[in-house]
Amino acid sequence: MKILVAIKRVVDHNVRIRVRPDGTGVETSGVRMSMNPFCKHAVEAAVQLGEAGHGDEIVVVSIGPKVANDVILTALAMGAHRGILIETDAELETLAIAKLLAKVVAEENPDLVLLGKQAVDDDSNHVGQMLAALTDRPQATFASAITVNGAALDVTREVDTGTEVVSLPLPAIVTADLRLNTPRNAALPMVMKARSKPLAVRPAAEFGIDLASRLVVEKVSPPAERVAGKTVGSAGELAAYIAGEVSQMEAL
Amino acid sequence: MSVLVIADHDLGVLSPATARVVHAVSELGPIDLLVLGHGTTDIATEAAKLAGVTKVLVADSPNTADGDSLVIERFANGYSYIVQSAGSVGKDRLPRVAAKLDIMPVTDIVEVLGPTRFIRPIYAGNALQTVTDNQAKHVLTIRASAFRAAATGNNAPIETIENAVVSAAKLIAQHRTESDTPDLATAQIVVGGGVALGSANKFQLIEQLAKKLGAAIGATRAAVDAGYAPNDWQVGQTGKIIAPDLYIAIGISGALQHLAGIQGAKKIVAINSDSEAPLVKLADVALIGDLFEIIPQLLTELDKAGVKR
Repeated sequence: MKILVAIKRVVDHNVRIRVRPDGTGVETSGVRMSMNPFCKHAVEAAVQLGEAGHGDEIVVVSIGPKVANDVILTALAMGAHRGILIETDAELETLAIAKLLAKVVAEENPDLVLLGKQAVDDDSNHVGQMLAALTDRPQATFASAITVNGAALDVTREVDTGTEVVSLPLPAIVTADLRLNTPRNAALPMVMKARSKPLAVRPAAEFGIDLASRLVVEKVSPPAERVAGKTVGSAGELAAYIAGEVSQMEAL
Repeated sequence: MSVLVIADHDLGVLSPATARVVHAVSELGPIDLLVLGHGTTDIATEAAKLAGVTKVLVADSPNTADGDSLVIERFANGYSYIVQSAGSVGKDRLPRVAAKLDIMPVTDIVEVLGPTRFIRPIYAGNALQTVTDNQAKHVLTIRASAFRAAATGNNAPIETIENAVVSAAKLIAQHRTESDTPDLATAQIVVGGGVALGSANKFQLIEQLAKKLGAAIGATRAAVDAGYAPNDWQVGQTGKIIAPDLYIAIGISGALQHLAGIQGAKKIVAINSDSEAPLVKLADVALIGDLFEIIPQLLTELDKAGVKR
């Protein structure tokens, strides 16, 4: 089957972010960027399906500025065959992203689209579900296992009550959770090889979609800081503190 | 300006999150509560008791994303707001519904400032975004733990809506964690354990302490990855977000990803061998030492102090 993987370039998840003092957003200039961790799991899932004989072609697509090329190269080094960068300097909302991806799905007609379940910058957790809606395909979000079962996929999903297994007829959309796999680090020869793989750069405007934001972000502010606490010396003191808290709760 | 809230339920019981969602949106307009699924009569009866609910709608639905979304879309016409908790069901269904309606949703709301103004966390809660949503319709998910529950005592009418949808996806199995502890996302006390516990067997120390305190059990991603605890106990940016009155973190150093899930806790207690651990720095009260010595002592001391819930 043909697999499309959508990936996002974000502030590296190990960076402690700083809110700009003027409230206009989070400081991203001069900050280390990398592929969103969940997207890495999606790429790895596609490559593993390919290695198991289920992925004839793996296409990766990212939407973002020119420099987002670097995350596409990472995905190509992991084993994807071809890349598409939809270039825009604007910060697009998830709905606009899903509409652009729906255009790519119409052009490429993949059997399976894999995405990360959420991006660790805006934490939206929207795009897979929206793309499924716009392309009228069934979806399985928060996947921790994917099994090919004839012309369908059995996807194990991590949900609030444990896990569930959903059978999806193809074509379908799946979003990756953290326990889906362990993403590989591409070996140097693969990184070199990635540079020779096809990578098409296309301006976002060419897709004829209204990309204007629907929501107005008034401000971005830091969360309230917690006041510093104290250290106690024994389990007895700690038990007394907990007992105090418990009796306060019960009084309410 | 009417509001459609989609109820969350599990094993034939209305989830505690729903009462909180109803309370969160009570200022936005009259609320109809939609119960989806099969055989939901008891859930609807429970839902009808929530204060602020005008009526309860019951519709049969296949428990899949595409099926449930289709049902919700059929109801969408009559409402200005379509709302569900930001649990694993609401997160799965509402963005799909929103895209079908050509609406940009506002999700994981922690504060409702007015009919079109909301606050939502980004970057694992390390920043808060204040947004205005001037669209014709609003699709919202609510972080239930950030709100109090609506009162009960209402007796709203229940209407069953004849409805048939065909779902492409099929739910073929469910595996749940057997546990009689309270719902993690809405619990008053949570006891959390990290990878320092060392094994699934030793993780039972956490469960013992939780039982003593009538607390829910949480775990870090590392502890879940290591197989010490089931995935639905994971607390953090990608797991559950908790806001208990008291969080007791045991053997948890406090990765950013985990801290994202506990920022709403009123009081934090840390038990850790490392006095420099981020969670120890963040805690209201910390006890430094070996957790395998401390927990048994703590259990004894809590008995002495007469704590029983």
